[in-house]
Amino acid sequence: MTDRALSTGGTGDWRYWLGEQRGTLLALAVFVVMFVIYTGNHQAGFSADVITTAANKGVLLALVAMAQTFVVLTAGIDLSIGMIFVLCNCVASYIVVGTAFEATLGVIGVLLTGLACGAINGLIVIYGRLQPIVTTIATGAAFFGLALLIRPFPGGEVQEDLADFLTGQLPGGIPASAVALLVVVLVIWIPFRRSMLGRVVYAVGSSEPAAYMSGLDIRRAKFAAYTLAGLLAAIGGLFLTFVTYTGEASSANANTYTLNSIAAVVLGGVSLFGGRGSAIGAIFGALVFRTIGDLLFVFDFDPLWQPLFLGIVLLVSVCLGSFRLIRLRNRLDLFG
Amino acid sequence: MDASASAPLFRMEGVSKRYGGVNALTEADLTVEAGRIHGVLGENGAGKSTLMKIMSGVVQPDEGRMVLDGREVVFANPAAANSAGIVCIFQELSLVPDLSVAENICISNPPRRFGLIDSRAQRRIAEEALARAGGEDIHPLAPVKDLPLSRRQLVEIAKALVRNPRILILDEATSALTAADVRRVFAVLKRLRAEGLALLYISHRMAEIAELADECTVFRNGRNVGTFKAGAKTDTEIVEMMIGREYSHAFPPKPAPRAAGETPALEVRSLSWNNRLKDISLSVRAGEIVGLGGLDGQGQRELLLALFGVLRGTSGEILLDGRKASLASPNDAKRGKVGMALIPEDRKTEGLMLPMSVRDNLSMASLARFSRGGIVDRAAESQAIDEMIALLAIKTDGTAVPVGTLSGGNQQKIVIAKWLMTKPKVILLNDPTRGIDVGTKAEIYQLLRKLADAGAAILFYSTDYDELVGCCDRVLVLYDGAVGRVLAGAEITERALVGSALNIGGGQAEAGTPALAGAGQ
Amino acid sequence: MTNLTASIPVLRRFDPAVLTAFGCIVLLLLIGSIINENFLSPDYLLQQLQVGSFLALIATGMMIVVLLGQIDLSVPWIITVGGMMSTAAAGWGPLGATFAIPVGVLCGLAFGLLNGIGVAYLRVPSMIFTLGINAVAQGFMIVRTGGFAPQDMATESMNALATGRLIFGIPNPVWVWIIVGAVTVFLLRRTVFGRAVYAIGNREVAAYLSGIRTQRVVLAAFAISGALSAFAGALLAGYSTKAYQGMGDPYLLPAIAAVVLGGTSILGGRGTYLGTVAGVILITLLQSILSVVQIEEAFRQLIYGAVIIGMLLLYGRQNRAV
Repeated sequence: MTDRALSTGGTGDWRYWLGEQRGTLLALAVFVVMFVIYTGNHQAGFSADVITTAANKGVLLALVAMAQTFVVLTAGIDLSIGMIFVLCNCVASYIVVGTAFEATLGVIGVLLTGLACGAINGLIVIYGRLQPIVTTIATGAAFFGLALLIRPFPGGEVQEDLADFLTGQLPGGIPASAVALLVVVLVIWIPFRRSMLGRVVYAVGSSEPAAYMSGLDIRRAKFAAYTLAGLLAAIGGLFLTFVTYTGEASSANANTYTLNSIAAVVLGGVSLFGGRGSAIGAIFGALVFRTIGDLLFVFDFDPLWQPLFLGIVLLVSVCLGSFRLIRLRNRLDLFG
Repeated sequence: MDASASAPLFRMEGVSKRYGGVNALTEADLTVEAGRIHGVLGENGAGKSTLMKIMSGVVQPDEGRMVLDGREVVFANPAAANSAGIVCIFQELSLVPDLSVAENICISNPPRRFGLIDSRAQRRIAEEALARAGGEDIHPLAPVKDLPLSRRQLVEIAKALVRNPRILILDEATSALTAADVRRVFAVLKRLRAEGLALLYISHRMAEIAELADECTVFRNGRNVGTFKAGAKTDTEIVEMMIGREYSHAFPPKPAPRAAGETPALEVRSLSWNNRLKDISLSVRAGEIVGLGGLDGQGQRELLLALFGVLRGTSGEILLDGRKASLASPNDAKRGKVGMALIPEDRKTEGLMLPMSVRDNLSMASLARFSRGGIVDRAAESQAIDEMIALLAIKTDGTAVPVGTLSGGNQQKIVIAKWLMTKPKVILLNDPTRGIDVGTKAEIYQLLRKLADAGAAILFYSTDYDELVGCCDRVLVLYDGAVGRVLAGAEITERALVGSALNIGGGQAEAGTPALAGAGQ
Repeated sequence: MTNLTASIPVLRRFDPAVLTAFGCIVLLLLIGSIINENFLSPDYLLQQLQVGSFLALIATGMMIVVLLGQIDLSVPWIITVGGMMSTAAAGWGPLGATFAIPVGVLCGLAFGLLNGIGVAYLRVPSMIFTLGINAVAQGFMIVRTGGFAPQDMATESMNALATGRLIFGIPNPVWVWIIVGAVTVFLLRRTVFGRAVYAIGNREVAAYLSGIRTQRVVLAAFAISGALSAFAGALLAGYSTKAYQGMGDPYLLPAIAAVVLGGTSILGGRGTYLGTVAGVILITLLQSILSVVQIEEAFRQLIYGAVIIGMLLLYGRQNRAV
C-alpha cells in the first residue's frame, strides 16, 4: 500500500511540489482570474497603461507583504512594517535626489534605514524576549515619530529619472515595476529560501522545540527574519517615493499597509502559525487583495463600501485556518 | 567484526543524577562496545531515560565520569555529544513537521553549493540514509507532518545516521511501530551492528531485547542491578531483577471485596476513540479503587480524558450511578449529580497555575460552591480552604504564597485538595505520585483509601506497579488501547502486572520460558 | 527597586512595577512643576485626570483582555464606533437622544462579542482577529458617514457627562472612571469571573481542566473591552461635541502602554487594577508635559515607543521567572 503511494518516481515528485506550493498556486490562479475580469471590463481594456498602473500599485503592497512574510514564517508578526515603509518613504524623499551617483547613495541609505529598523525589532524580540506584537507596536510608534520628525508636512522630491524609469514601461510595454519585483524575488527571496538561514527560519516557525533539539541557531534565524523584513519594507518605501514623488508621514497609510500586508500574507497561503508558505505566495496574495479593490471600482461598486468589503475579506481569510478545529479530537489540543 | 581492542568504546562510571529530592540515577556504571547491541531494561522510571539523556548531553550528571575511546569526555550540550559520535534518537520526535523528509534528515548540515542548499545532493543523501534506515519507500520530498508515526521514527533513524554516529542510542524506538516495521528496524539495527556501530537499545519489551541484544543491563530505581549476556537469564529472572524485592511503601489494608450487586458509580460500555481507545468496558463501584496498569502510553491517559469530557468523537456509553451521562467538557463532568474529578498527569502544566496563590488554586474548581450570583463568599471559601489544608496536612506558609514555591509533594497535594473541595463521587487519577517523595506518596495512598471508604469511586492510573499492587482492589491492564487483562484481589502481583503489561502473559513468565523465546507483539 | 521593596516592609506587598509607575508619576509631577508653576495646581491636575479618564476606560477593557494573555487591537475603531453611533442616535429624535450613550456602547459590545467569538471559538490569534475587526468597524463607519465627518452632534447629556463637574467640583468623567474602576476591582477580585480571568491568563489548559468554561470567559472579556472602548468613544464625542474619523487612533498605543507600564504581564495572568490606574496617570502626565513644553507630535511618538520598550525590557523578563 505504502509502496505505491511513496514511490520515488517522477509523478510523486511533482505531487509533493504541488502540495508545498498549493497556497501560492491558488493565489496565483485567483489573481489571474480576477485580473482577466478586471482588464476585460476596464474601459481602456488590456492596455499597457492599465497594466503598468495596476502593477505599480500592486508592487507596493507586494513588497510590504513579502516583508511581513519573513516575520510570519517565524510564527511572529511585525505591526511596525507599515511604519518602516512610511519612514523609508520620508527618508527617500530627502536623500534619493541629485545625480545618479548621489541617488544611488541615497537608495543605499534608505535600505540601511530599513535594515536598522528591522534589526532593532529583531534584537528586542530576541534579547528582550518580548512578544513581537508589543515590540512592534511600540517600535512602530517610534518609527512613525521619526518619520514625522523628518517630514512634518508632505513634501520632498525624488530623482525623477530613476522614478520614471522604475514606474514606467520597458520596451514591449512590460511594466518596469513588475521586473523590479522579479529582481527582488531573485536576489533576496530565492537565495534566502535555499540557504541554511531560510531553512532554519522555516524550522523555527514550524516547531521551535524540534529546531532546538536539532541544534539549530534559533536566534540568528529570528534576527535575520526581522532584519530582512525591514529591508523589504524599505524597498517598498523607496518604491512609494518613486510612485508619488514625495514623502509623507501618513499614519493612515502606515496602518493600512500593515493591515493589508497581513491580509496579503494570509491570502497568499502563508500560515500565521509559522513555518509554511512563501513570499511568492504573499506577492500574489497582495495582487489579489489589490485587484479586489480594482474590481469593485470597475463594477461601479460604491467606493464607500470598499473598506468594509476588504475588511470582511481579511476577516474571513484569517478564519479559514479555523477549519482545522473541526478535525480536532482532543480538546486539550486547542490550547497547544 | 568484533573489536579486538581490549578497551571498550564507551564507559560510564559512578554516574548519579538527582532531580530535586529524587534520585533519578545512582552511581550507574555502563560499558558499551563497538559492534554490539546493548539492551537496557527497566520499569517506568527506573532511570533509563536519564541515562540516555546524560550520554547524549541533554542533561549533565551530578557525579561520575564518562570515558570515550579511553579519554574522559564531558558533554555540555547535545551538539557536543553528536560531534563526539554519540547520537540519540529521542522518544519525543525532534522532526520539524512542515519540512520535507530530506530537509529534516539533512537539517543540521545540509549539503551546499555556492552557499545555497543543494537540493539534489540533499535528496541523494536523504535517499541513502533512508535506505540504510530501512525506509526506502519513504519519499524524500514528503512533508514530515503527513507521515504516520511509524514512518517518522524511520526518518528519525535516518536523520541520526547522516551524523555518522559511533554510538547510536534508541529510546523506545519501536513503541509506535507496527510489527512489520519493527522487523524492518531490527534488520537495520543488525546491519548497523555489523558495520561496527555500538547500539544502546532501551526498551520495555523483553522480547525485543531478547531478539536484538548481545548484552543486557537491567536498571531498577536508578541503579544498575546487573549486566549479563543475552540468553543467560530467563524472562522470569529478568522480571525479578526489574521489580526487585523491595516493598518500600506503606499501603493501607484493603477491605474485603464488595458485593457485586450494587450499581456502579461509574460504568463504561465499549468506549472507543480515534483508534487510541478500543472498545473499553469497565465499572467502578462506590468504595472501590480500580487501577489502570500497563506500559506508558497504552491509552490510559486518553481513557481518563475521555471520561472527563475532554475528547471529542468518542463512541460507547458512560454511565454515572446507572444513568447515561453525556459529557462535553470538564465543566459537565464536574457539575453533574455525580461529580467527577480528574487529577491530571502533569501538575505543573495541567493541574496548577504556579504563579497564583495557594488559595486561588485550591478553590479554582469549586468556586461554584462558595459563590452566589458569581460573587465569591470569601469567608466560606477561606474556611473550606483551611479545612482542606488541615485534612491533607499541606505544608505552606499561608494561603497567599504562590503555589510554585511549594515542594513537589505539597503541590501535588494541592491538586488533589483542589478537587476534593468539589466533593466528587468519582475520582480519576493520572499517575498522581510521579516525581514526589516517599512520605507524601504514603499519605496519598492512605487518603485514597479513606476517600473510597467514604464512598468515592476511584479510577487510578499509575506507572508504578508497586502502587497498583498496594492500593487497588482491581486492576485493568491496558495494552494498545484495549483492556488486556483484569486482575483482582490476590491476582494483583507485580509479576502479573509486568507480565500482562508486556503482553507476554504472567503465566509464561512464571513458567520460566527462556528469554530468547519471548513472544512477539 | 528590589532592594527598596525589600528594605521597606510596607512596600513589599506591592508589585515593584506598580511602585515604579507611581515613582515615575512623582518624578513627572516634579518635572512638570519645574516647567510650569501651574502644573501642580488642583485645577490643572483635575483637568489631567479628566483627560486621563477617557484613556482609563479604554485601558480597563484592554487590561482584562491582556490578563487573559490576549490583546485587543480593535480599540481605535470601536472608540470611533462608540462616538459615531451615539451621536447618530442623538439625531434619531428624543428617544434616540435619551439612549444615545447606550446605543454607542451596545454597538461596541457587539463588535467586542465578534472579537470574542473569533478568539475563543474560532481560535484565531487575537492580534490578527481584532485587527480584522478594527478594519471591519472602520468599513462600517465609512459606509455610515459617507467618508466625511458626520454632521451629528453629541447630546446635551453626553456633553455634560464628558465635561461637567456635578459633584464636589470633580469632573464627571473622573466619577465615571471611579465607578468603572470600582466595578472592575470588584469583578477581578471578588467574582468567579475574575478568578477565571487570572487562571486562564496563567494557564488556559489548567483552567479548562478545572472545569472553568474558558471560552465564555474570553468572550465576556472581549465584550467588556468593546463596550468600554465604545463608552469612551461616546464620552470623547461628548467632550468635543462630535465624533470624527480617526478619533480612536491616538488611543491604542497609550492603552496598551498604560496596562503594561502598570505591571500587568503581557503574557497574561498577572496584574492589578491599581497598576493600570498608575499607568494611565503616568501616560497622561507624560502627554501633558510633552504638550506643555510644546514638543512636536513626532517626538511624542518617539518618546512613547522608547518608554514602553524601556519599561518592558525592565519588567518583561521578570514575568517568566516565576
